[in-house]
Amino acid sequence: MAKLATATRNPALSGHSVGGHGVLLKVLAPASRMSLRARPAAVAALSKALGVSLPDKAKTSAAKGGRTVLWLGPDEWLVIDEAGGDPVADCASVKGLHSAVDVSHRNVAIAVTGPNAAATINAGCPQDLSLDAFPVGAASRTVLGKVEMVLLRTGEEAFRVECWRSFSDYVYGFLSEAARDG
Amino acid sequence: MLLIHCPYCDEERPELEFRNAGEAHIARSNNIAAESDEDFEKFFFIRSNPKGVIFERWRHIHGCARFFNAARDTITDRFLLTYKAGEPKPDLTKLAADAGPAAWANRPPDQLNEKPKAKRPTKGEA
Ligand SMILES: [Zn+2]
Repeated sequence: MAKLATATRNPALSGHSVGGHGVLLKVLAPASRMSLRARPAAVAALSKALGVSLPDKAKTSAAKGGRTVLWLGPDEWLVIDEAGGDPVADCASVKGLHSAVDVSHRNVAIAVTGPNAAATINAGCPQDLSLDAFPVGAASRTVLGKVEMVLLRTGEEAFRVECWRSFSDYVYGFLSEAARDG
Repeated sequence: MLLIHCPYCDEERPELEFRNAGEAHIARSNNIAAESDEDFEKFFFIRSNPKGVIFERWRHIHGCARFFNAARDTITDRFLLTYKAGEPKPDLTKLAADAGPAAWANRPPDQLNEKPKAKRPTKGEA
């Protein structure tokens, strides 16, 4: 009898967590992620299919039912689904020209929370993270140290850092050091 | 750190998010094979490299990832303005006059001491 091979999920940095001075780092559970590119003509249909309106303003995001859509560029979004949904499948019926690519396993997400969360991220990110310039819901592709990341503010003292899996060790180490500096 | 205004994000963002992409407004021939060697050399190798205002392509590579154009002063490193890709080369006469003497340094040497026509305020200058 043939032996069945079973793939088991082995997330990078699974379950890691570290506390610093007024800041907590926590590696988040795996999620479904989609890189979405589309021209304005297809945006309405894609919004309907995803159940969330694609934001059209720079540095913003929209969320509904465990699904968050982050504006990355004028025709580019990152969709994160933490409710077990499949955004790529939802877009399959949309006729308008678009590109929907599953990147679920490309990224690792780290939650950075606490009163020193912004200061910890600012150790390697040159953006203004004051609440005026980067309010709750703000999202942006930017840099952390020597790598690129996508940053989402989930609360006044809470951020979600999305980085490429192969960079996650560096990002987690960088943030851990920064948290200790606080 | 320099702050560069991205015309797509519509705000100033730190220079670390950007990458320079060479001189702007260099038209590529529709029939490159028919170009003479001299014309191809001009298109491919020769850049203006001015001392003063230059038009450049920049990319907000670690941001919205868009290419855009900028007018920058090579002496002061000051960005006079940025604009979206595909938009025409803006008229900088007014801006360059306001930017101070450095922006005028790419004039021929015999004109270097000519003051720009527009009056600049002298109050508060060091
Ligand atoms: Zn931008």
